[in-house]
Amino acid sequence: MPLLRLLALFMFLGSTAVAQSPTYGVGSTPSEEEIRAWDIAISPTGEELPPGRGTSQEGELVYRRQCASCHGVDGEGAGAPRLVKRDEAQVDPWDYGRILAIRSPYATGVWDYINRGMPVNREGTLTADQVYALTAYLLYLNDVISEDDVVDDQNLAKIEMPNRNNFADLPDWKRGMQRFPGYPF
Amino acid sequence: MGARRPDRRNFLKGSAAMAGGLTLGAVEPVLGQTAAPGGFIKGNEELVLYGERSRHVTSLRMAHPPNGRPSPDAYGKYFHIAAPLQDSVGTITPSSLHFVGTTRGSFIPDIDPKEHRLMIHGMVDRPLTFTVEDLKRLPSETRPHFIECAGNRSRPQYKTVQETHGMTSCAEWTGVPLSLLLKEAGVKDSAPWIVCEGEEEVKGASSIPMEKAMDDCLVAYGMNGEAVRPQNGFPLRLLVPGFEGIFNTKYLRRIKVVDRYYMTYNDYGHLNRRDDEVGAALGMLIGPKSVITFPSGGQQLPERGFYEVSGLAWSGGGAISRVEISTDGGRRWEDAAIQGTAHPMSHTRFSYQWTWDGQETELLSRSTDDTGQVQPTRAQIAEFFGERVDDESFRVRGMDNSVQPWRIASDGSVHNAIT
Repeated sequence: MPLLRLLALFMFLGSTAVAQSPTYGVGSTPSEEEIRAWDIAISPTGEELPPGRGTSQEGELVYRRQCASCHGVDGEGAGAPRLVKRDEAQVDPWDYGRILAIRSPYATGVWDYINRGMPVNREGTLTADQVYALTAYLLYLNDVISEDDVVDDQNLAKIEMPNRNNFADLPDWKRGMQRFPGYPF
Repeated sequence: MGARRPDRRNFLKGSAAMAGGLTLGAVEPVLGQTAAPGGFIKGNEELVLYGERSRHVTSLRMAHPPNGRPSPDAYGKYFHIAAPLQDSVGTITPSSLHFVGTTRGSFIPDIDPKEHRLMIHGMVDRPLTFTVEDLKRLPSETRPHFIECAGNRSRPQYKTVQETHGMTSCAEWTGVPLSLLLKEAGVKDSAPWIVCEGEEEVKGASSIPMEKAMDDCLVAYGMNGEAVRPQNGFPLRLLVPGFEGIFNTKYLRRIKVVDRYYMTYNDYGHLNRRDDEVGAALGMLIGPKSVITFPSGGQQLPERGFYEVSGLAWSGGGAISRVEISTDGGRRWEDAAIQGTAHPMSHTRFSYQWTWDGQETELLSRSTDDTGQVQPTRAQIAEFFGERVDDESFRVRGMDNSVQPWRIASDGSVHNAIT
């Protein structure tokens, strides 16, 4: 048995080594700088966040200049979606509706969304500090953080969002599986 | 070879159709040969170099939903554009008529394919960057696949099949299997997800399970025999067959191999409440679905008699294995004929020979896929969840794959019978 096991181990290592070497050798190697410049999808761990910081007061100033014309003076929504929860308190935070800074399970998602997509037609023009500040402002408006809290690349991912554990997992996709176990349609 | 020189007159007669109007004025009319009743289409450089359809064919896309909200940008008018399925034949949607969905406004980036790059990085042994030319050197696959928008949902106020079902289309896609590219980069064993991102202004990104990425996803540069159209992701589009439309990332420029579900830009739209796992699942994958495209809402049967009922069936679970038709409102069902080969995750054309007796009735179709899933009626879905189909609040969860009923009135007019 030990011999067989050893043989199996060699076969396993052998096949792994073959599978991991490139077959075609087409394409080139991106530099670290090229990867960092494009690496903008922010994990719930925040590992891709660039250095920076901001507060809700700083965010409010950016908001007034760059966001209010579409999202409303107080984030109540205008041509663009509402950004602040309504006044009536909900037992289940899900019921505040689809308002990013309260629905999103991770604060990193708020940062990512602003950084990637805002302001419309001027995407990519906000500095990292401005995105931290706007994130802080929206989280403050939705009672997630306090007015004076500093949000930065070290603490953003640690902010406990109200819907942190309040969303359904997607199924583990397998070829030929039914859409949902026991659902025949 | 050529012992006898062809008679000039016969030669001209034979080539007249090919030469068109150019030679007609130069020779005397041949007896019995007259111009087509509508005259000739005047040749010009554009038509010679890149053809177009007859001016008598007027089938067009439309905004979805009807009277939908216009885009805030000056570029495109609408967020979503639906395909005219009522005029479709066969299984392929012409690229010019393929539905279009956008995450936010109809921005269409004007990408120079020579400048475009696809980067694969993250949990890999070798980060790699590919140009479009690089990708075209690699082994390719060509397959028909449908893409369907999550908003493709029939409603009582919708009249035509373009309104009820026009947010699905099927093209023949050509490209490199994503699994080949991931193997080339060397995915680390424990990596369970990838994040796929586009080049457009919002750089829309979706998380896709590794199991699917290594199965049948395609990095497509070709669509219906030519380059992918800009509205559909030129120069590269990721095909994620059978998954909701938004996963099929346009303008693909980056794939990051990651250790978890990233909940990024497009994923946020998939969120369901903790207790709604079934909603999350039904929103990710498309079930077996079908719709009769002729006769369909807004069309008119001119008289009683024979008609070939025709329609499209598809499923996110695999290939269509069966389509059934009812011509009496669902009491009796009979097998329709499947035309050609039913490909996995592809529109499949079905037909059924029917003689209409002039009485009011309802036509329905339902499909079955090769995983055994069967297309449900709205009543069956409601019953499964212990709900009432006639409740105001009843809503099909996830991607709506319910049976579409068409009512044939005794005057031959056809109507959406969803209430």
